[in-house]
Amino acid sequence: MRPGEEWVAFKMAERGGRGSGGHGSLDKSITLPPDEIFRNLENAKRFAIDIGGSLTKLAYYSTVQHKVARVRSFDHSGKDIENEPLYEISVQEEITARLHFIKFENTYIETCLDFIKDHLVNTETKVIKATGGGAYKFKDLIEKKLGLKVDKEDVMTCLIKGCNFVLRNIPHEVFAYQKDSDTEFRFQTNHPNIFPYLLVNIGSGVSIVKVETEDKFEWIGGSSIGGGTFWGLGALLTKTKKFDELLQLASKGQHTNVDMLVKDVYGGAYQTLGLSGNLIASSFGKSTTADKEFSKEDMAKSLLHMISNDIGQLACLYAKLHNLDKIYFGGFFIRGHPVTMRTITYSINFFSKGEVQALFLRHEGYLGAIGAFLKGAEQDNPNQYSWGENYAGSSGLMSTSPDVYPMQRTRSGTFDMLEMDRLERPLVNLPLLKDPSTYIPDTVDLTDDAMARKYWLTCFEEALDGVAKRAAASQPDSIDALERAEKFRQKYWNKLQTLRQQPFAYGTLTVRSLLDTREHCLNEFNFPDPYSKVKQKENGIALKCFQSVIESLDSLGWEERQFALVKGLLAGNVFDWGAKAVSDVLESEPQFGFEEAKSKLQERPWLEDSYSQWLERLKEGPPHKCALIFADNSGIDIILGVFPFVRELLSRGTEVILACNSGPALNDVTYSESLIVTERIAAMDPVIQSALREEKLLLVQTGSSSPCLDLSRLDKGLAVLVRERKTDLVIIEGMGRAIHTNYYAALKCESLKLAVIKNSWLADRLGGKIFSVIFKYEVPCK
Amino acid sequence: MEPLRNGGGAEEKPRRRGTPDPGPPRRRSSGAAGVDSAAGPQPRERGGSVSRQRRDSVRKNRPLFPWFGLDIGGTLVKLVYFEPKDITAEEEEEEVENLKSIRKYLTSNVAYGSTGIRDVHLELKDLTLCGRKGNLHFIRFPTHDMPAFIQMGSEKHFSSLHTTLCATGGGAYKFEQDFRTVGDLQLCKLDELDCLIKGVLYIDSVGFNGHSECYYFENPTDAERCQKLPFNLENPYPLLLVNIGSGVSILAVYSKENYKRVTGTSLGGGTFFGLCCLLTGCSTFEEALEMASHGDSTKVDKLVRDIYGGDYERFGLPGWAVASSFGNMMSKEKRESVSKEDLAKATLITITNNIGSIARMCALNENINRVVFVGNFLRINTISMRLLAYALDYWSKGQLKALFLEHEVK
Repeated sequence: MRPGEEWVAFKMAERGGRGSGGHGSLDKSITLPPDEIFRNLENAKRFAIDIGGSLTKLAYYSTVQHKVARVRSFDHSGKDIENEPLYEISVQEEITARLHFIKFENTYIETCLDFIKDHLVNTETKVIKATGGGAYKFKDLIEKKLGLKVDKEDVMTCLIKGCNFVLRNIPHEVFAYQKDSDTEFRFQTNHPNIFPYLLVNIGSGVSIVKVETEDKFEWIGGSSIGGGTFWGLGALLTKTKKFDELLQLASKGQHTNVDMLVKDVYGGAYQTLGLSGNLIASSFGKSTTADKEFSKEDMAKSLLHMISNDIGQLACLYAKLHNLDKIYFGGFFIRGHPVTMRTITYSINFFSKGEVQALFLRHEGYLGAIGAFLKGAEQDNPNQYSWGENYAGSSGLMSTSPDVYPMQRTRSGTFDMLEMDRLERPLVNLPLLKDPSTYIPDTVDLTDDAMARKYWLTCFEEALDGVAKRAAASQPDSIDALERAEKFRQKYWNKLQTLRQQPFAYGTLTVRSLLDTREHCLNEFNFPDPYSKVKQKENGIALKCFQSVIESLDSLGWEERQFALVKGLLAGNVFDWGAKAVSDVLESEPQFGFEEAKSKLQERPWLEDSYSQWLERLKEGPPHKCALIFADNSGIDIILGVFPFVRELLSRGTEVILACNSGPALNDVTYSESLIVTERIAAMDPVIQSALREEKLLLVQTGSSSPCLDLSRLDKGLAVLVRERKTDLVIIEGMGRAIHTNYYAALKCESLKLAVIKNSWLADRLGGKIFSVIFKYEVPCK
Repeated sequence: MEPLRNGGGAEEKPRRRGTPDPGPPRRRSSGAAGVDSAAGPQPRERGGSVSRQRRDSVRKNRPLFPWFGLDIGGTLVKLVYFEPKDITAEEEEEEVENLKSIRKYLTSNVAYGSTGIRDVHLELKDLTLCGRKGNLHFIRFPTHDMPAFIQMGSEKHFSSLHTTLCATGGGAYKFEQDFRTVGDLQLCKLDELDCLIKGVLYIDSVGFNGHSECYYFENPTDAERCQKLPFNLENPYPLLLVNIGSGVSILAVYSKENYKRVTGTSLGGGTFFGLCCLLTGCSTFEEALEMASHGDSTKVDKLVRDIYGGDYERFGLPGWAVASSFGNMMSKEKRESVSKEDLAKATLITITNNIGSIARMCALNENINRVVFVGNFLRINTISMRLLAYALDYWSKGQLKALFLEHEVK
């Protein structure tokens, strides 16, 4: 598919709908790109539907079967292991849970229901949870078409359940809107504690709900002046029928022609009260005459201001009364409309004197459907798990701003999707984060930094062919590997193009999100681990060198050894297939090894160099109680770089928690690979062996499958262990984990961030050259 | 708004009072404070402690007639005129010709030009002001006729009478230059909120020709038993003062001098009137109100019961509550089936409910349970007053009381 072809398919569907002869008549002849939209229907169960005034949101739970790479140690007893691979790689089928949410215009409801009926193989489902104002209207149709019993759920309960779910599970769900800044959307860090908050839902009226816990919420007020007032009154005043068109009119109008401003009354500002002359003293105060005509645009704008200001004022009054500072806005009045987000933001800012921020949600439109679904899925305990947004299957946030991206204005005529994958294990904050509520994993915000964005998008585009080629090559026995690799290439290419247009589509755009999206797309087309063979081979080679590296280290004096260990760690980190500069070398020079890598390294002083302080600390201070190490690459990095370092720490009496990724990403070492590697090393090295036996060396998984590191979403087991062992040193290695992310992360304990910069653009930006070294030793301020 | 300015003269003798007005806690120039009229404490019955000496000094420094007060709002100009009834023969003789003609003109007419109106029913009779007895007249005309008013002042040589005219409201600033250049009149500008509060307290203290100035509605939630009853505002503080003019200002008043503007809203009388003009083609406020009194807003508004079939028990919302103002107007069929009267009524209900809602929230935030609604929006507007009384009582579960004044302090 060419970039944008997805769109073409959607647009055709839309045109079909429009051509069917107006509203009310449902056209069955439209052709949907079904497998693109209603995915995994075969195993779908637990349907929920939220039917609003114009949009329908459908939710279902499904299982996805996909391939995972497994490693298994061979039984080497009594065999010659010299020429055997280190371990066995097998690709297995795994079934994981996924939530699907699809949003489409009510016009398509009949067609969609037919499609679902035809593809629903699994019929154990008997009921469909329904919410929203339109649920009643379409009840009979749904029951007839799907043969499911419609079970109505309370709108607000669903909304809040959905809201809690997205706040907890989707990073960068929340954003503030800033029209006049370079980036319209300012995404917020997820606060570890989401409660309490105020939800202001602006539908036809306004509901203000205070949410205190998962199950405790209270309607504390509301207003009848809401979206229905804008629409109804707007239609009367301007003879414009559609809500979107009214907003369009408003965005072109001048409210000062209709409103009486402070300066119209005072001739200027009302200085004793500090009221600016441009404030509205009386909405529609200039239209108090029968003999003057007012333009539609001006009236619509005045109405928009009147309603937005009023809602903002009430929201602030309620927030003040209940002592709340988080206000989320939702409802069709807001739903991604820049015009209303802007006026509401202005109003909240004005009435709270900047103390309260108006916040919006990326998946606001799905809250009801998510909530209704969760109500129906209570027996599956969805809230017990952590979930992650599947970037490959989700549409992302679209700007509806007519100026920014005209094509998107008709978004409501297209299909929008959200997919959430159930994660194997619950994710929590690293307990050592200094302030979880302000922790931002990513170093550079590419939504903000246009130059960096351009560079990285191009960089990922240029590397794409190579990644696709490697993916295909990793499955030589598969007949459709080439075809799937091509599909992967197209999908990821399209994502990159979307992100060029709308960098905010999936929250803050970062190198991490670009890498993660690529991993999601690879998984989508059953390339669970394209580097499995590479890793297997490199682990085997490195293991053979382990003993000689240890011997040479042991021959050094203490101080020399400390430096050699750090240098080894850095040299090991050169072996990164994710960096194009390195993968080119590794492809063309198979002999490139540990010593060659050491010679590539920058000489001291390094680009970031606190080695002397580190050495001082080792010399003068007591041994650390416990070190947590986040490992990076397989092969030389983990075996010849990290392990000797671990061994030294153990010898000093420091316990070590070695954390590796749960799932594969590039050539990063996975938890299961680390188990095998460690077992092999233990067989050669008594220090490692006894540490394992005495549980002084512990191997854990991070819960992540990303080449980067988000310290706010880590495996719960890891967090527990970190606390139990009183961890007082965190070591993060590699570009992905220590530079693209966590470079500025503040921890409660000592930390070491080290990496070799294997990208010349980034090196240049940081004021260095390629293969510059970052060695950042930090001690928290007392 | 605050009309009780003793015409001019104040500026010339600013230090009439022994103690200068400390002024409200807000930072303002003390200029206006010193001009504070003797009308403030003097005529109050309970101001009996005023010494003879002071009274003498008041008499001596009493400003010259005519005594006017102007409040120039966004939509309406409110003019108060004190007609002395105790004019001695000596004074009569001394009275200059055009002063006499002003007095005659104002008191013998009830309408001035095509837009000026004297609210005869509001006239306060036999009042003592600065030691003079007389009647207080309330006159209003649209702000857009302000240039004509100034022109008239120029033609009638107002400037020859005295050089300053006390005025408040935004127009005191906006038209100041016109007064000076066209009318050769010096305005003594007074702070709007100061005037508002003093006006409320004064008008309550003098009573309404023997009746109580302040009143409330008993049983506001019961249409049958609802009745207007006098309210004794003798210990007024703290009170929330909601002034509904073209826009709305909300003040928390803790004492005569200690008050703050809590907030305001642009959805006020001007919004009601402006929207009515656009929706119904009416041209006067009275016309808009008259239409509203014959309309049915439930055809225009979407009620809770229109959505839920009855009460929304989950949230304790009664079925009759408006869920979405003008919500029914999203539908083309319904737009075509409503009358102008229905639209006017819905506009009135929307604006009134919203003011009630904001006032209620402010009262809660400020911890005040008496809310006095004033302002010209409430003139001849029983629908809104009853609705405010009802809404405040219902949503606060009887904790808040809505109070009104016969003169709406204009």
